[in-house]
Amino acid sequence: MRKHLVSSADLTRADIESILATAASMHDVQRREVKKLPTLRGRTIINFFFEDSTRTRSSFEIAGKWMSADTINLSAKGSSTSKGESLRDSVQTINAMAVDALVIRHNQSGACQQVAGWVDASVINAGDGTHEHPTQALLDAYTLRSRLGDLDGKHVVIVGDLTHSRVFRSNVLTLTTLGARVTVVAPPTLMPAGIASWAERDGFATGWDLDAVLAGDDIPDAVMMLRVQRERMSGGFFPTPREYTVGYGLTRPRVEALRARKDGVLIMHPGPMNRGLEISADAAESPNSVILDQVSSGLAVRMAVLYHLLAGEETAA
Amino acid sequence: MTELLITGARLSGTPGDVLIRGGTIVEIGRVDAPAGIERLDADGLDLLPGFVDLHTHLREPGREDAETIASGSAAAAVGGFTAVLAMANTDPPTDTAEAAELILDRGRAVGIVEVIPVGAVTKALAGQELAELGLMARSRARVRLFSDDGHCVQDARVMRRALEYLKPFGGVISQHAQDSNLAGPAACCHEGETSGRLGLPGWPGAAESVIVARDVQLARHTASRVHIAHVSTAESVEIIRWAKAKGIAVTAEVTPHHLALGTELVAGYDPTFKVNPPLRPTTDQESLRAALADGTIDAVATDHAPHARHDKEHTFEAAAFGMLGLETAFSVVHDLMVTSGRMTMTDLVHRMSVNPARIAGLDEHGRGLDVGAPANLVLVDPARRVTVDRAASWSLSRNNPWHGMSFTGAVHTTILRGRPTAHDRKVIHA
Amino acid sequence: MATAGLPEPTSPPLDPAGKTVMGASDIARCLRRMAHEILERNKGADDLVVLGIPSRGVELGNRLAAMLEQVEGRGIPAGSLDITMHRDDLRHQPTRAPMRTHIPPPGIDGKVVILVDDVLYSGRTIRAALDALADLGRPRAVRLAVLVDRGHRELPIRADHVGKNLPTSVSEKVQVRLVGHDGIDDVVNIAGGESR
Repeated sequence: MRKHLVSSADLTRADIESILATAASMHDVQRREVKKLPTLRGRTIINFFFEDSTRTRSSFEIAGKWMSADTINLSAKGSSTSKGESLRDSVQTINAMAVDALVIRHNQSGACQQVAGWVDASVINAGDGTHEHPTQALLDAYTLRSRLGDLDGKHVVIVGDLTHSRVFRSNVLTLTTLGARVTVVAPPTLMPAGIASWAERDGFATGWDLDAVLAGDDIPDAVMMLRVQRERMSGGFFPTPREYTVGYGLTRPRVEALRARKDGVLIMHPGPMNRGLEISADAAESPNSVILDQVSSGLAVRMAVLYHLLAGEETAA
Repeated sequence: MTELLITGARLSGTPGDVLIRGGTIVEIGRVDAPAGIERLDADGLDLLPGFVDLHTHLREPGREDAETIASGSAAAAVGGFTAVLAMANTDPPTDTAEAAELILDRGRAVGIVEVIPVGAVTKALAGQELAELGLMARSRARVRLFSDDGHCVQDARVMRRALEYLKPFGGVISQHAQDSNLAGPAACCHEGETSGRLGLPGWPGAAESVIVARDVQLARHTASRVHIAHVSTAESVEIIRWAKAKGIAVTAEVTPHHLALGTELVAGYDPTFKVNPPLRPTTDQESLRAALADGTIDAVATDHAPHARHDKEHTFEAAAFGMLGLETAFSVVHDLMVTSGRMTMTDLVHRMSVNPARIAGLDEHGRGLDVGAPANLVLVDPARRVTVDRAASWSLSRNNPWHGMSFTGAVHTTILRGRPTAHDRKVIHA
Repeated sequence: MATAGLPEPTSPPLDPAGKTVMGASDIARCLRRMAHEILERNKGADDLVVLGIPSRGVELGNRLAAMLEQVEGRGIPAGSLDITMHRDDLRHQPTRAPMRTHIPPPGIDGKVVILVDDVLYSGRTIRAALDALADLGRPRAVRLAVLVDRGHRELPIRADHVGKNLPTSVSEKVQVRLVGHDGIDDVVNIAGGESR
């Protein structure tokens, strides 16, 4: 295993499969009375969060603790960075404390990659700006595989604010690496720049018309809805929330139309959801919704990632 | 009176000697100079008029931790420059006659390159009210080039008034073309597949060309002169070519980095490659090279933009814009355009000396090698291969995108008013 | 991540210079004897749970459970106990994905757990197994059954049931292959070291 997990592009198919296999074992551990494993005893993991995220942070924190690592949470808000300290200063101060891993969440793209070049510790990307969120993609793949089996040839449709979505960027990499076919759908204003050549190079499809994609010959096996950030709604990316829902929401009629075509099309959402906007309440709670599975597999997947990055040979880099 | 005899240099291709006395060229050809005169053996070197940079950030006053007039002058001298135009976005900005004279005087006190202040177009570069353009023009600094560089003059009415107002004293506005609605302050990566993949705020080429299109129309309407700073897109080139064909008084500059470095370099999120406008794709680079070769783009300008380490060691989005350029400009342009056969050395002289001097209204620079001309000169070795080492820079900053790259063509000696100011990367103070 | 293996067991080839010390019939005979010993020691099959340590211990455990079943005429719960996450030498070897731990339905609380492994050597694997077991419950007793005991213990651990005591030198390698696991006939080989 390499030293850092900065981008989903760092992971080969064998890497992903190994992590997901470990995650399955960790999932068993989660159901036991004694959940603690001694595996990372004596290791120090710092969750360095430059952006609020209670869910991801607590997931990494518990994962570390169940593996017996010492986990410490640091929030950069209101401390050093606001005093004009550079990012490099902030992380090198932490690095000087001889930590084994830095789990970093940052509101700006590329922060983790830069940090990885400055520190000795393993760097794990817990979400960087609008770039990537590799552990989210791994837990989505885990959730999909536990329901669909091998993802070779499976069709996953990702819908929503692609431009600002790190979930999309990591998922498209991980899912295509696992052999799935991916179609991404968004209004043109929420499609990232250069998506046409990018999609062609990386082998995924794009569309502006959600109904056409859902009704296409290639019936989806799963539909992943992305969160529309509230702050984007007034940015002129689309006229009104109401119009967005009509065009791009997973509404009840769309869920029913899908069910009529094929049973068991999975419904996913990385959370937190805007119910009534990108996903209707009954879509979120339908029997085909695996949204809660995504949350519960997050812990097992993050334990697996910590294990693969930190447990092995000290020389591995 | 100091005398200097340069022997055996190539003068527009043919070898000859040049005798300089009192800062002026007094004899050219085969010179039988008296013994004891200071001699400079220039066998195998080209003697050219000293380079003029239309676009330099010296950071003084305000950010002397990044660059000073002294350190920037040293970088300019070793880069072959005899004159640099110091951009107005200092702290405080150069928006008054007093501020302009301060920079002129400090530059003269250092004395190794002529430092000519650029005046702000608007007060505090805020884009609202005109700065004291006339007073700056009448000052000892004789400001002719005005720019809010770092900011675009967004308001078409302000731009129009400035263009009109400058006409009596022959001023020109160097416009940083960036529509702030299309490319706001966060925009930091050419908008395209790379920005999409990296999740970086895009800076679309159209944000530049819409302003270029507007400003050539304003220049035509006001019958005034506009200069387009750091042109970076093929579309801007097309508009400039069209405007020139129509007889509109537009000139343009391109930076060595926009000619030679592409968008893909930002893929590693290294803020060294963060610059405004951003590095563009190959298609744009190609059209910039063609435009420089055919004269559509008049000048090469460095946009030398030093930054303290701690202003670059942030996330890509938060890091400062800009890269160093003074020390490497000749080598990059020579290698890319002359060694490759796209331009002649004479073309290079026009793009790096004659045209920028003319655009900035400098009589003492960019002159031919004629008897009576001021001896602002540079000797270059077109065959010498150089490898850039950022640690060896005279700049106080290290944001050098050329580090580790090799180029054919090196500055040998720079001569300001008859006195060598730099030789083989070493600065010579009076 | 070239070093991370898949969970599927891998079978490196047998050293052709190796010497066979047990064949398929020897192995079967040993297991049968061990099954009888276990029953004798336990005074019957009550509360027995067989847990094999991956990877070959699982195959041996399943065979042992089947033999116990044959003798006793009733089902004996068998499962597997992965110890990867409890190893004390993780930092000295490449990371590999852990194998599955499977505890059969009655659980292990109050039971007599028979831990099964192919080769007993330093004792560190068994130490890890005891730790892993402690996180899963509280057996009444834990006993250890191994096919081969090759000596060189580094911890105060001994086996309760041994198929064969095999004196070895540290430089030698003991290779066990089982048909259900490796796809070749049952065999125990000894290879390497100085010739004797």
